[in-house]
Amino acid sequence: MKPQFLFHDNKDNVGVAVVEVKVGEKITGSCLEGGKQLTLEAKETIPLGHKVALTPMKKGDSVIEYGVTIGHATQPVAAGQHVHTHNIKSDRW
Amino acid sequence: MGKYKFLGYRRPNGAVGSRNHVAIIPVDDLSNAAVEGVASLVNGTLPLPHPYGRLQFGADLDLFFQTMIGTGCNANIAAAVVIGIEPNWTKKIADGIAKTGKPVEAFSIERSGDFKTIEAASRAAKGLVQKASELKREEIDLSDAIVSTKCGESDTTSGLASNPTVGRVVERVVADGATFLFGETSEVTGGEQIIAERMKTPELKEKFMKVFNDYAEFINSQDADLLGSQPTQGNIAGGLTTIEEKAMGNIQKIGRANVDGVLNPAEAPKGKGLYFMDTSSAAAEAVTLFAAAGSVAHLFTTGQGNIVGNPVVPVIKLSANPRTVSTMSEHIDVPVDKILTLEQTLDQAADSAMDMLLKTLSGRLTSAEVLRHREFVLTKLYRSA
Repeated sequence: MKPQFLFHDNKDNVGVAVVEVKVGEKITGSCLEGGKQLTLEAKETIPLGHKVALTPMKKGDSVIEYGVTIGHATQPVAAGQHVHTHNIKSDRW
Repeated sequence: MGKYKFLGYRRPNGAVGSRNHVAIIPVDDLSNAAVEGVASLVNGTLPLPHPYGRLQFGADLDLFFQTMIGTGCNANIAAAVVIGIEPNWTKKIADGIAKTGKPVEAFSIERSGDFKTIEAASRAAKGLVQKASELKREEIDLSDAIVSTKCGESDTTSGLASNPTVGRVVERVVADGATFLFGETSEVTGGEQIIAERMKTPELKEKFMKVFNDYAEFINSQDADLLGSQPTQGNIAGGLTTIEEKAMGNIQKIGRANVDGVLNPAEAPKGKGLYFMDTSSAAAEAVTLFAAAGSVAHLFTTGQGNIVGNPVVPVIKLSANPRTVSTMSEHIDVPVDKILTLEQTLDQAADSAMDMLLKTLSGRLTSAEVLRHREFVLTKLYRSA
């Protein structure tokens, strides 16, 4: 079956939508490194190439992609929500 | 003896090329008209107009000369005609190129005017084109070639698929004994420690961190906030959110390879292997610097659809974004979007990229070449005097 999202590393708490995901859709994704598959419900519309939260995050939590920190949450994020400039920020600038 | 071979041109200094251009090179902005004049009269010439070359000084002037001479020395160029407004800088560039042993002719416009210059330079160019047309491709080991890579208008599909595809090509090509260049100093921000750890010696690691920190300091000294430009608007539209995320995607392009050297902008590598070059992350500027350092083919990945080309170096474009692959198909040489649907593995994608690299080195025209993308863009360090 074709995945709706992919993630780089089993430690990641965000995945990348590889199709246009509609709100309420049950979506399944797999880890590029092999291993785990995840199914969750999309809480929002997620455009192709945009990130979806795989686990809930508190404000200030690290956002993990490629198995490394790529920024932090600026507000609470629920699993299945769209993750982008409105709710996460770089740790650099 | 390497595993991979292609049909290319071997130049008098041993460097190997994938193209056989006769370049018409202006020393300065004022000479572009004469250069275009020659190119319009003489079939088979490649004009390289640019806006600089007057009243530059210091490190900016040094980089200018290094880029112009390096471009002329590139093994994709069989012969060169150099035209400048005055004779001194013209001779300096022509002499620099002539050290490769390839034919070079120089002309200056002062005391002749455009008409006489165009006539004399056209006569020279005609002879050089005919001579170059006698040269034949021969079988060459990929290990003798220099290739380069960069990404542009990246999005998350670059990090998921097209960049790791190039990463696997880099691993194969470097293991085969060839030379690969990569760069984009500002875009490794957030991943600089990962690149630093790939440096083969502590000295290289120190050199890399100095290049990186000098760049970061330069940005700070300009009171600039790169938040508005890194990631770019195109990156953000494609789903990239932070510079760290962009950097992690970017560095997938070198796969698991270690780095053999750190180069200044436009500096030619002295050995083989994988080299980091201090470059801008602007596509045309970076590709122009790689060309000046001797790259004869370039693998360019894009997410949202950067369409850059270069007059001297064939730019092979890869994309994994299904929308870009379908809406901008005329620009994409190697679509790898099937990776996202798990219908293609990264190794299969790398096989097709490798195949396209060898075909392109052997003379297949890239989409950018066919579409006349000839973005020759000099890196300017600061304003002229």
